[in-house]
Amino acid sequence: MALTTRVIRLTVNGHAYERTIRNDRLLVDLLRDDLDLVGTKVGCEIGVCGLCAVLVNGVVLSACLLPAVALDGSTIETVEGLAGPDGQLSPVQRAFIRHGALQCGICTPGQVVTATALLRERPDATADEIRDWMMGSLCRCTGYEGIFDAIASLAADGQAR
Amino acid sequence: MTFEYVEPEDLDEASAALGADEDAVALAGGTAFTLLLRQGLIRPGRVVGLRRLAELRGISAHKGGLRIGALATHREIEMSPHVRALQPALAAAFAAIATIRIRNQATIGGNLAHADPSQDPPPILVALGATIEIAGPAGARRSVPVESFFIDYLSTVLSPGELILGVTVPPAAPKDRAVYHKFLPRSADDYATVSVAASVRLEADGRIAGCRIALGGAGPTPVRARRVEAAVIGRVPTAELIRDAADLVRDEIDPIDDARGSVRYKREMAAVWVRRALTELVA
Repeated sequence: MALTTRVIRLTVNGHAYERTIRNDRLLVDLLRDDLDLVGTKVGCEIGVCGLCAVLVNGVVLSACLLPAVALDGSTIETVEGLAGPDGQLSPVQRAFIRHGALQCGICTPGQVVTATALLRERPDATADEIRDWMMGSLCRCTGYEGIFDAIASLAADGQAR
Repeated sequence: MTFEYVEPEDLDEASAALGADEDAVALAGGTAFTLLLRQGLIRPGRVVGLRRLAELRGISAHKGGLRIGALATHREIEMSPHVRALQPALAAAFAAIATIRIRNQATIGGNLAHADPSQDPPPILVALGATIEIAGPAGARRSVPVESFFIDYLSTVLSPGELILGVTVPPAAPKDRAVYHKFLPRSADDYATVSVAASVRLEADGRIAGCRIALGGAGPTPVRARRVEAAVIGRVPTAELIRDAADLVRDEIDPIDDARGSVRYKREMAAVWVRRALTELVA
């Protein structure tokens, strides 16, 4: 009898978790339904819209395209992990507020997580790099100018880190 | 629909796990796997996760060419100093794939095994003359040119128990040039209406010594435009020669009517983009 469940261990936002999951469980459902981390949103479910962007071992990925069983031992960061332990919002989160880079908010977790990954890798990201990284993080409210300006403001003065 | 999941530690174990079960599927990055699974297009009994296989990782310079492990992500290929230095057109083609999230997840081996004729890696790899290294049962190894690897839509020459080890790209001569263009009338992360990869080797006297052209979105597999190539090889390129040669591509491809264009339109656009690619390469 083939085993169709597995025990996996993940570190999510600094907390260690061990869960028994079905082998076809997707990371986005594991985060939201099993760990109650509902900051990561579900949108297109085909890897196109960017709502479910999370960091896996520091790399930005679509949680809706990831079978969790293949991530055993990984370190995950979601939007819930960006603020400091005292609740102080991260530089990226504060820049989004300062630049009016959100409206309805459903794309904001994915936008903020993606921008955080960008600025960690490219603290002085160019305009082209910002557009390349943020392409595919769809927003239907803001028209993107505020999002771009928020990220560009951090890239310009190096305070993203 | 769930499945058994195994993560072999070596190639023989992986080959055995893939060969023992008729509906076993290999899992690399997982982009195509997850989409096909959710749409019910695959119902694997066993999934063989490849991530522990160190032989499938890494990008290295190899006798002036490149050796790219099957698990190299599109992003790793895009950013690799070896790829950028030795085959800049390959780095550029991978940099233009979908979005950063997909490039971070999808792998070159997974892309080739998926055999979607609208995706970007196959045409540029065919134009560069790349070869796929395949591992099989009991240590068996074989190599297949990328252009001979695809047999139909989502279908390859891989047999049960075989998996892609990596891709080798032959060395480019100093005057070799290559380019990949995709015609994207809808959005930048869409599949192309048609895409064209071309490589050209120019003689010192200005004649075209070698040329390879491959198209995506142009048939059930990537299509090599041999008649166009034959029309330019050995000739000194002029605007007229290139225009007449590019027009031959219309009848070399076998596209379908879909939301990205009619068959007739795709044949016209293929000719336009082959002409532009060749014009750019001989300029």
